[in-house]
Amino acid sequence: MIEIRFHGRGGQGAVTTAELLARSAVGEGKWAQAFPSFGPERRGAPVLAFCRVSDHKIQHRFQVKNPDLVVVLDPSLLEVLDPTKGLKPGGVLVANTELTPAELKKKYKFSCAVATVNASTIAHEILKLPITNTAMLGALLKVKGLVSLDSLKETFQDRFGKVAEMNLNACKRAYQELKLEE
Amino acid sequence: MTEPSRKKIGVEVSIAVSEAVKQCDVDVVSAYPITPQTHIVEHLAELVAQGELDAEFVPVESEHSAMSVCAGSVAAGARTFTSTASQGLALMAEIVYCVSAMRLPIVMVVANRSLSSPLSIWNDHSDAMMVRDSGWIQVFVENGQESYDHIFWCFRVAEDEKSLHPVMLNMDGFILTHTIEPIEYWEDEMVKKYLPPFQPKFRLHPEHPLTMGAFGPPEIFTECKKAQDQALIATMPVIEKAWEEMEKICGRKYSAVETYRAEDAKTLLVTMGSFSETARVAIDEMRETGEEIGLVSLRLWRPFPFEKFRNAVKNAENLIVIDRAMVFGGPGGPVASEIRSALYSGKKRPRIVNFIAGLAGRDVQPDDFYQMVQHAKTKIKDGTEDEYEIYGVRE
Repeated sequence: MIEIRFHGRGGQGAVTTAELLARSAVGEGKWAQAFPSFGPERRGAPVLAFCRVSDHKIQHRFQVKNPDLVVVLDPSLLEVLDPTKGLKPGGVLVANTELTPAELKKKYKFSCAVATVNASTIAHEILKLPITNTAMLGALLKVKGLVSLDSLKETFQDRFGKVAEMNLNACKRAYQELKLEE
Repeated sequence: MTEPSRKKIGVEVSIAVSEAVKQCDVDVVSAYPITPQTHIVEHLAELVAQGELDAEFVPVESEHSAMSVCAGSVAAGARTFTSTASQGLALMAEIVYCVSAMRLPIVMVVANRSLSSPLSIWNDHSDAMMVRDSGWIQVFVENGQESYDHIFWCFRVAEDEKSLHPVMLNMDGFILTHTIEPIEYWEDEMVKKYLPPFQPKFRLHPEHPLTMGAFGPPEIFTECKKAQDQALIATMPVIEKAWEEMEKICGRKYSAVETYRAEDAKTLLVTMGSFSETARVAIDEMRETGEEIGLVSLRLWRPFPFEKFRNAVKNAENLIVIDRAMVFGGPGGPVASEIRSALYSGKKRPRIVNFIAGLAGRDVQPDDFYQMVQHAKTKIKDGTEDEYEIYGVRE
């Protein structure tokens, strides 16, 4: 089972990212689960979302404490929290930032593996919105191929309708531009 | 539990629940939105507005009115659904008691949430326990699939002429309502086969006047209550039959009381609702380290399945009951005090340790189960079992 924690700000679509991933995985016949860190929704406030993907039935009715992967949707969150808290040994941090993995590691003293992409720019250029979730989903899939692009496409079409294509483009571009740690 | 082979889709459990309500072809939905029930009634309102569900959606100004609308509509012979949580259920409580005594087969989903104050929107079972003695059939589900499947079950059990009781489906707020997970939908044909049309024996009709919920002077009140009690107890065969038939339709087997790795276990955890799923994860982990532990999960809360429960725990030496609701100054959490009563008259009684955990959405991890088990073992060894202990309090 792979466990993922998403850090975003209310309105950036962290919860939707977890949902898209889970729905695509279920579409492929896997077991998956997505849920927010429940609370009153507040735009701009730090939010958490969780996703589990497994080949077996999932009975885990509790938060992801030790994720395999952590995704940070908003660079400013790196200033206020430690996204690597509880990360499993060998786990990867996937962050939206202008910095390279080496720069990010140095700046925040991360000891885990790091992958970075400038998802804010991608979202701005493609979606014309500061919503980085679909770009960060592409980045995540580059690090760990949890679902195929085809199943993601299907979920996007169902979830986003006419803006599905645009989101898929953001997703693909982040996939290509992601910098993995050397 | 046997796993069937139809295709599962990834969907939020609340949405799946409202889709099941639609598949039951309800005539009336009346509800007032309240977190964490909101997605259920929002989706039903959409389905009605889009013409996908031919029903009256009655938006009301309070939960008290919601249940009053339900009482009227089901009394007139309409298949009726509502949903609420927490403070909403509290406001509704007056009519909750009325409709069971009037034998009105309403189906209600309670997205379990704590009661104020302090104000909390998060999950525990204090709302359900507040109406424990309201005379409704009450069931607690563990996961999304079970939530969806049990909508059909609820209507079948409620409307069966041998039952005619309102049924309350309790599902953990947020933990279940807001989770996206794989759910296998029933074909409409399966629903048709499983759930007969609602044909009430008595209904309000201008051409056949009758009175429901009349004045009950001291000469008949006690008799009414005995009859109501007997009627609720007598729903057990209907309940069992509805689960048996469900297995034939969808392949999933449910029962009032279930056990997990309990055969050789001296110590059993007892849980209700989504706790039972986490408990199984915790038990698997503890079994790895040689702990002889199993689980008894309670699905049916009212009528209480005495016989099945006693049978499930007959070989256990220790029970660790984990409640999700407070009892201020009482004899233990609601589940634990029920179980102590159920076992008191037996010749061989297990030792019972009770914890109250997971209040108002506090996350309970498998390690918390482990901690509770270790702590319970110490209490049992030292003979220091008390009425209850609130687990994980920061002091």
